[in-house]
Amino acid sequence: MSVQTLVDQFRSFLPREAILFEAEDLRPYECDGLSAYRQLPGAVVLPQTEEQIVKILQLCHATRTPLVARGAGTGLSGGALPHAQGVLMSLAKLNKIIAIDPLARTARVQPGVRNLAISEAAALYGLYYAPDPSSQIACSIGGNVAENSGGVHCLKYGLTVHNILKLRVLTIEGECLEIGGDSLDSAGYDLLALMTGSEGMLGIVIEITVKLLPKPEKAQLVMTAFDDVLKAGNAVANVIAAGIIPAGMEMMDKITIHAVEEFLHAGYDLNAAAILLCESDGSAEEVADEIERIQAIMQQSGATGIRTSRDEAERLKLWAGRKAAFPAAGRVSPDYYCMDGTIPRKRLAEVLHGIDQLSQQYGLRCMNVFHAGDGNLHPLILYDANRPGELEKAEEFGGKILEMCIHAGGTITGEHGVGMEKINQMCIQFKTDELQIFHAVKAAFDPLGLLNPGKAVPTLHRCAELGAMHVHHGELKFADLPRF
Amino acid sequence: MQVIIEQYQALIRAAADNKTPLQIRGGGTKHFYGNAPAEQPAAFLDTTAYHGIVDYEPTELVMTARAGTRLADVEVLLTEHGQMLAFEPPHFGMAATLGGCIAAGLSGPRRAVAGAVRDFVLGLRLLDGTGKDLRFGGQVMKNVAGYDVSRLMAGALGTLGVILEVSLKVLPKPPAETTLQFSMNEAVAIERMNQWAGKPLPVSATCYVDGELFVRLSGAESTVRTAQIKLGGEVLPESEAFWQSIREQSYGFFQPGQPLWRLSVRSTAAPLVLPGKQLFEWNGGLRWLSGDDGLDAETIRQLAKDVGGHATLFRNHGSPLPVFHPLDSALMTIHRSLKQQFDPSGIFNRGRLYPDL
Ligand SMILES: Cc1cc2nc3c(=O)[nH]c(=O)nc-3n(C[C@H](O)[C@H](O)[C@H](O)COP(=O)(O)OP(=O)(O)OC[C@H]3O[C@@H](n4cnc5c(N)ncnc54)[C@H](O)[C@@H]3O)c2cc1C
Repeated sequence: MSVQTLVDQFRSFLPREAILFEAEDLRPYECDGLSAYRQLPGAVVLPQTEEQIVKILQLCHATRTPLVARGAGTGLSGGALPHAQGVLMSLAKLNKIIAIDPLARTARVQPGVRNLAISEAAALYGLYYAPDPSSQIACSIGGNVAENSGGVHCLKYGLTVHNILKLRVLTIEGECLEIGGDSLDSAGYDLLALMTGSEGMLGIVIEITVKLLPKPEKAQLVMTAFDDVLKAGNAVANVIAAGIIPAGMEMMDKITIHAVEEFLHAGYDLNAAAILLCESDGSAEEVADEIERIQAIMQQSGATGIRTSRDEAERLKLWAGRKAAFPAAGRVSPDYYCMDGTIPRKRLAEVLHGIDQLSQQYGLRCMNVFHAGDGNLHPLILYDANRPGELEKAEEFGGKILEMCIHAGGTITGEHGVGMEKINQMCIQFKTDELQIFHAVKAAFDPLGLLNPGKAVPTLHRCAELGAMHVHHGELKFADLPRF
Repeated sequence: MQVIIEQYQALIRAAADNKTPLQIRGGGTKHFYGNAPAEQPAAFLDTTAYHGIVDYEPTELVMTARAGTRLADVEVLLTEHGQMLAFEPPHFGMAATLGGCIAAGLSGPRRAVAGAVRDFVLGLRLLDGTGKDLRFGGQVMKNVAGYDVSRLMAGALGTLGVILEVSLKVLPKPPAETTLQFSMNEAVAIERMNQWAGKPLPVSATCYVDGELFVRLSGAESTVRTAQIKLGGEVLPESEAFWQSIREQSYGFFQPGQPLWRLSVRSTAAPLVLPGKQLFEWNGGLRWLSGDDGLDAETIRQLAKDVGGHATLFRNHGSPLPVFHPLDSALMTIHRSLKQQFDPSGIFNRGRLYPDL
């Protein structure tokens, strides 16, 4: 169906300003946080009510039009990248916190609500929503559910999947599914887990009930410098071996430390090969206890410098450096490309060494920030898109890092999702049979494949073509499929 | 071990070819849980042959083990390293296996604060209904590549496939634990449990039964001590044994031979007026109901639904009533479709969860 006909039909139930189709109006929607991938959609719709969304879905279903959902567009894997012949549906206008139940410790919210807005509203009751992606001032809770987003506190407090109770989801046919409940579990299969992290491929999330936690009484941070990345990695293992689950445990490598210090003057040690930020939270006594033990462990692990925050201002200042890693990358390089592999922590030194070698090979610098507690690496590859061929080089470099993560027993994405970006590496991480199961799951919800087509799970055809180029462990991937 | 997998695959393929039911069996300790099979299974797949720890590195907080490993053995090993399965799964017998624990999806007293079985599943290896050997998730804490098929298996009662191996997140055992006891009525207990859950207190389990509220505090010595002073109450001497008896349902309330209902509801729901006796866990989010007669399934289910939850006839003692809360038709369609995709011949544990799954 032509865009014009679709737009005409949208006009029968959407106000004029809720339908965009002129190129200049579509431009702001051409990409998400991964700006290397751009595509204008056929049209953008900005519904305000559930009723409107149902009609949009029904129309797309009836006309076989691809539909891509978009929250705040901060995704880093091209998940909300529009489809050229499709409709992009922004959920940004559904931004109400419907209800907070302080005694039950839950909030019922619309998908367009910003992550941080939930904690701000819950603060009145001494509660907060735990998952705190660095993008939390901007990203939407609907997007968080679609990506199963994490944050610096997720080793202790879990990811999105651990912190939601119930979803209302509309299928592409416009049918409403109530998934989960106000109770801690529900009857039947765990569709709540299946929906979380499904990247807008299975349904449109239109309401979320999240769990709220009591705000810890106190938080304190230990910043430790090491002259060797390996020592820093061992320090992380030693903290955990001592039975401590820190509220946050983040590592930065030398080039990150320098970039950040130049930018913010957080007081980081410029001679360090790695800096570890380790946070304790809880009751005042608990924090005092734990901080003392953490300091001792850092000392024994070969720290070259230890600094403990004395007050909230200092704690925030020390964190600010870590949180500014992305903008700092933006200052030292015109462009950067953020990777998101996860590895078993014990393989850290080896993987960092590998990244270093790749960095030399490609002639591109790479900053490493690392959710050290849970093994989630964020190498930031620095490049200049204005130099011909450099983006392609950065992408190839990134792809190699992801393959290294798979070989180290890890995964290509810890929290940013596969989207459009990592679709090829999915062919390496999963076998044909496993990808087929993913396609089957998709078909159970969206048999026509209209929701976010082409994302998250590669077609077997695509993998076969790639397999012809990648020979792995001496064996050909997808040998069972015809080559095209 | 590969030989055993091949034997399982042969069993599955034979069952799929003949479209005959295949019952997956671990230690048999949770055999009582779920609907009785509509027809006698033509064959059994015994998971206990496939056992053993595959990988356990305490500092990675991850353990990978084969499904036939005894749950008790897993917990002994973890205890040796000062760690635990934080969801405190019930064993219901020495023979309980890890695979059965995941498939049943049951969690114990710590669930309300620590999370459920599914929250700790990081990845698994599975044989589907055509005998394909598949791996989903992994051995790392954060992984969003592909749909979360691993967690989908938790609580699926084996209807989607045979779990071969599972990787779980494990946690350190808290150094100190104390249980406090308070006398109060139901309504007050519900309010108290929920108020305390909203405060930064180290409450790791709650139970209310016979007019007494039991609150377990876990954490650092100092934290537990301070919280104890704040909350008051009497210290329960046999703390560990008490929680063990709740977890394993050996406590007096769980009288053998009586139908036992499990109501999972909004934790703040006012006392549900029903005949029989009740015991609460999870800050009031889990309400066990025990009684011989006068319990009407329809009434129970409606009441549970009205307060945001669902009701399960947990121990039915041969009653023909369906065990699990009926799903609405849109959800049931998705369930059928998933079953069809994972187990196209409908061989695995047919009818155990719902009649046509
Ligand atoms: C500076 C920066 C820092 C970041 N830090 C982190 C971090 O620490 N941790 C982390 O996990 N991520 C991080 N991210 C990534 C990103 O913020 C998250 O993935 C976030 O959850 C995306 O939310 P969004 O609302 O922007 O979603 P979008 O980018 O708009 O969409 C993401 C995906 O969700 C789908 N979607 C959106 N809304 C819905 C809905 N209602 N129903 C169904 N599908 C929907 C889209 O189709 C798309 O596939 C960061 C990004 C930036 C730019």
